[in-house]
Amino acid sequence: MSAKASTKNLTPSLELKDVGKSFGSVVALREVSLSVYPGQVTCVLGDNGAGKSTLIKILSGVHKQSEGEFTVAGVAADFDSPRDAMAKGIATVFQDLATVPLMSVWRNFFLGNEPKKWWKPLGILDIAKAKRVAKEELLAMGIDLRDTNQPIGTLSGGERQAVAIARAVYFGANVLILDEPTSALGVRQSGIVLKYILAARDRGVAVIFITHNPHHANLVGDRFILLNRGRMTASFERETVVLDELIQAMAGGSELDTLTHEINVIRND
Amino acid sequence: MATAKPDERMQKVSLVTKALRRPEFGALLGALVIFTMFTVADTTGNFAGLQGAAGWTHFAAPVGIVAIFVALLMISGEFDLSSGVMVGTAGLMAGNLISELGLGVWPSMLITLTFAGLVGLANGLLVVRTGLPSFIVTLATFFVLKGVNLAVTKMLTGTVRVDGIDVAPDFENARLFFATKIDIAGSSFQISVLWWIGFTIFATWLLTRTTFGNWIFASGGDPNAARNAGVPVARTKVTLFVLTSMAAALVGIMTLLELRGMQAGQGVGQEFYYIIAAAVGGTLLTGGAGSAIGATIGAAIMGFAAIGIPYALWDQDWVSTFLGVILFLAVLVNTWLSKRAKGARK
Repeated sequence: MSAKASTKNLTPSLELKDVGKSFGSVVALREVSLSVYPGQVTCVLGDNGAGKSTLIKILSGVHKQSEGEFTVAGVAADFDSPRDAMAKGIATVFQDLATVPLMSVWRNFFLGNEPKKWWKPLGILDIAKAKRVAKEELLAMGIDLRDTNQPIGTLSGGERQAVAIARAVYFGANVLILDEPTSALGVRQSGIVLKYILAARDRGVAVIFITHNPHHANLVGDRFILLNRGRMTASFERETVVLDELIQAMAGGSELDTLTHEINVIRND
Repeated sequence: MATAKPDERMQKVSLVTKALRRPEFGALLGALVIFTMFTVADTTGNFAGLQGAAGWTHFAAPVGIVAIFVALLMISGEFDLSSGVMVGTAGLMAGNLISELGLGVWPSMLITLTFAGLVGLANGLLVVRTGLPSFIVTLATFFVLKGVNLAVTKMLTGTVRVDGIDVAPDFENARLFFATKIDIAGSSFQISVLWWIGFTIFATWLLTRTTFGNWIFASGGDPNAARNAGVPVARTKVTLFVLTSMAAALVGIMTLLELRGMQAGQGVGQEFYYIIAAAVGGTLLTGGAGSAIGATIGAAIMGFAAIGIPYALWDQDWVSTFLGVILFLAVLVNTWLSKRAKGARK
């Protein structure tokens, strides 16, 4: 089970208050509030076009919010780029955009944060260290690779996501944002990723798990935020909600009832 | 997932497979075959010896020096079609600065290299800022420079050739570094060969042993993933455009010093030799994979053909046709080999 403390007297790793974002006259997101705590998995659920991508982009420093407050560890966040967000310990693992397929596992693991030896400005890679640490860190997350020299493209989709998660955790991510990490994967591969989400959580990372799959969210989530058409339509905590209700709400709630009714009408015709 | 239990993903990787996975393996194999072929067809008995080596390296070194950097640029996912004409631009510019403006040899070279760097910078910035394909941007630069080469040379000299640089002081000193000959057992090798070897080692080190090399692979392999990981993709690419342009300028200066002058049309068409050398050497045209040694081997193969064909008393006019066939075969074999090496997973 999750090793979580009471969230009452804890500073959230990351907090949004009534955050909104508009692009010109198009309102992509409005009045979203969420608090993300260390050692917890916060699931953001929503269908396509619900505003999930916009939310991620605000959190990861790609966009700035148009309204509302965005604080990281209690301090107002003012990110100009994803690099700024990374510097504050916010790491984002983008679906399919996390690793470079033709490059080896260890090169991917350290991409953008390469270990250097001798005189640092020369940028000479410490390859022995990189290979060793990559192997150890992946093993710590339960990924046993025979050879970190193999191109990461030869790993399965789930393993690639897992490497990206292990990398973010190793580089001291306090907040880990996972953008639809399971959407392109089969059941077994999704299971692998969900396992690493919990592994990251157990290391005290605040995980934000963005998905449109309520079953995956239900398996790992501690808190749940629902987005619909750019609005936050619901917010649950695991303890305070009956799981069936939760799944019902995540699966579309009243919309699903309407849909069920409509389909039944068609089937009975 | 990968467990200790061996399964189909955990097959033993043999040394042969490891060799096959090297991007330059196909090129090395091809080079051996072509070298053997020309040794057999040789009518002079010199092709496989030092004299032949002096001949083919004389052709291959200037191609190789630029091809190495073109390969790095291609690995990062970009092309530079202006690299060939830049050889001419640099030679003409240095020549005109020396003979027409009366500047010293060393300052002229420095100005020329700086100018080349700026052209590379312009290429790079235009590519990363506009998001236009580098194929188009550098094609435009190619034609702009081609016109400038002719027009400015005619304007300054009244002819299409720059001459008279050998009377300048320091000319011989500069030749000592960039255009002298080294005697090895009676065969005279161009010093450009040393530069070529030096750049091969440097570029290989840069590519495989430094963070910058990591960024080169990442920028070409998947620019979005690279950017997400914090790699300065734009800066990496711009730097490589600058380096490529400066390498071409260095070859231009070498050619100018060696020939004691330069024609306005020099270098035009060379860009394709560089791209062929890189591609034959296993550099992926879509970026993300390749090697500097591969480009060097590719350039060597061109040298074999350029010297081997006349040595075999074949019609020299067929050199280009030969290179075209080699390019096609090499890329075909490389693709096949890398697919096999990956176990045909994709």
